[in-house]
Amino acid sequence: MLITFNNKLKIIMSLTSYLGEIFGGVKSLLTGMRVTTSYFIRPSTIVTQKYPENRKTLKMYEGFKGEVVLVHNEKNEHKCTGCGICEINCPNGTIEIIAKQIVTEDGKKKKVIDKHIYRLGMCSFCGLCVKTCPSKALAFGSEFEHAVFDRSKLTKTLNNDGSTLMKGVEE
Amino acid sequence: MPFDIYDFSTLTEAIDLSLRASMPAFWAVVIEFSIIGVVFLAAYALLGLGLVYAERKVCALMQNRLGPNRVGPFGLFQTVADIIKLLFKELIQIKQADKLLFNLAPFIVILGSLLAFGAIPFAKGLHAVDLNIGVFYVMAVSSIGVVGILLAGWSSNSKYSLLGAMRIGAQIVSYELSVGMALVTMVVFAGTLQLSEIVELQREGWFIVRGHIPAVIAFIVLLIAGTAETNRGPFDLAEAESELTAGFHTEYSGMKFAFFFLAEFMNMFVVAAIATTLFWGGWMPLHFGKWEAFNHIMDFIPPIVWFFGKMAVIIYLIMLFKWTFPRLRIDQLLTLEWKYLLPINLFNILLMAFIVLMGWHW
Repeated sequence: MLITFNNKLKIIMSLTSYLGEIFGGVKSLLTGMRVTTSYFIRPSTIVTQKYPENRKTLKMYEGFKGEVVLVHNEKNEHKCTGCGICEINCPNGTIEIIAKQIVTEDGKKKKVIDKHIYRLGMCSFCGLCVKTCPSKALAFGSEFEHAVFDRSKLTKTLNNDGSTLMKGVEE
Repeated sequence: MPFDIYDFSTLTEAIDLSLRASMPAFWAVVIEFSIIGVVFLAAYALLGLGLVYAERKVCALMQNRLGPNRVGPFGLFQTVADIIKLLFKELIQIKQADKLLFNLAPFIVILGSLLAFGAIPFAKGLHAVDLNIGVFYVMAVSSIGVVGILLAGWSSNSKYSLLGAMRIGAQIVSYELSVGMALVTMVVFAGTLQLSEIVELQREGWFIVRGHIPAVIAFIVLLIAGTAETNRGPFDLAEAESELTAGFHTEYSGMKFAFFFLAEFMNMFVVAAIATTLFWGGWMPLHFGKWEAFNHIMDFIPPIVWFFGKMAVIIYLIMLFKWTFPRLRIDQLLTLEWKYLLPINLFNILLMAFIVLMGWHW
């Protein structure tokens, strides 16, 4: 049988592509094995932690949605004006705002919050309340150990006792 | 040779003599058989537990996790706790299943790997049956397992099980060929099928070093095909948990499931042991030609440590495959075997035969 030059070339081409496939495949497999081996020999790359043991040093990352909190400053002042936008926006009915009337120093009547009630057990941590609060009074806290023995303990009053509205928020 | 100080045959002969002195020969043989049986069953279970633990730790480290760490120091007793749990679990009888075959299948699977386990030379004199056709025997009995798997898939009367079993049938029929060819390559080189003699021939140098390029190729092919034979990832499409829930053992529970699980790990052990024996010198210590002092120090490490050390490296490699590569599709699996491994293997045997014919091997 006569093998023309063209046919010879074809055979060589197919053989080189066959071998090239093998070596290319082996190379990519070795790359993968190098990555996993490098993780295997360096235990410092481990990202998971032993949770109850590291409770004292455990620090949650920023933006962690543990619970909704009403931010208070050191003078026990918060920024909640009692507008009720968070209550309206909450898809689960988690938040309930109870307002009260007070008389200010200059004799005017004014509406302020009495209780900002937050039901943790119903919260889905969607973040709509925090996002829509016009005075940025709400935030997410990093506390995540919420297990309690009584369901009623999950209903929390977010504003501290005797806390007042921060000056200059309403203007 | 100094490392003959660790010869186990002195111990076994002493036991044999003392038994024969105190009772008739028949009962001595019966007692020896039972001792060997108990030792092997215990070793089988313990190694299985150890391998499951090792797999979980290796996998965890490769995925940047800690792995089991609750039960005992470093989670060492995790697998013991798991086996206790499995022992207490109910063995659910499937109403529509073929009762006899369904109950028989796990035992066939575990029998296959246990039979192969018996022929492995662990150290000098620590060798239950030293057949003169050792390689052939291991090949033959390790293939029994697939019968059990096919039976399990068929008798479960479930589509997942049947699909998994069919896949494994195609897979093992294909890859058995490659394993056989790779072993034949080394048998051509060694000129013997007896495992103890193959180890003895590697006293002066391991076959992977002395066997030129064909031995290296045969080793790589054996690793790949052996991984496929034992249904481990990336060739685990028989159980493919994302597609077939658990494949052939979907309907099994409790201890019967554990049998399949254990058999898979012990098959991996057998593959690693065979690869160690044929390529890495079995229990022979590491020797470099002229370094007398170095060779002498190496001789003082017991052979059993050498054997398990070499095996640990190979088992690590097999685990590395599983946790690095994505699972192959069935057509890719068969393409790999029939279009790549088999032609390479056939060419490799020719090359090895040529080398042996030319007398370049000693």
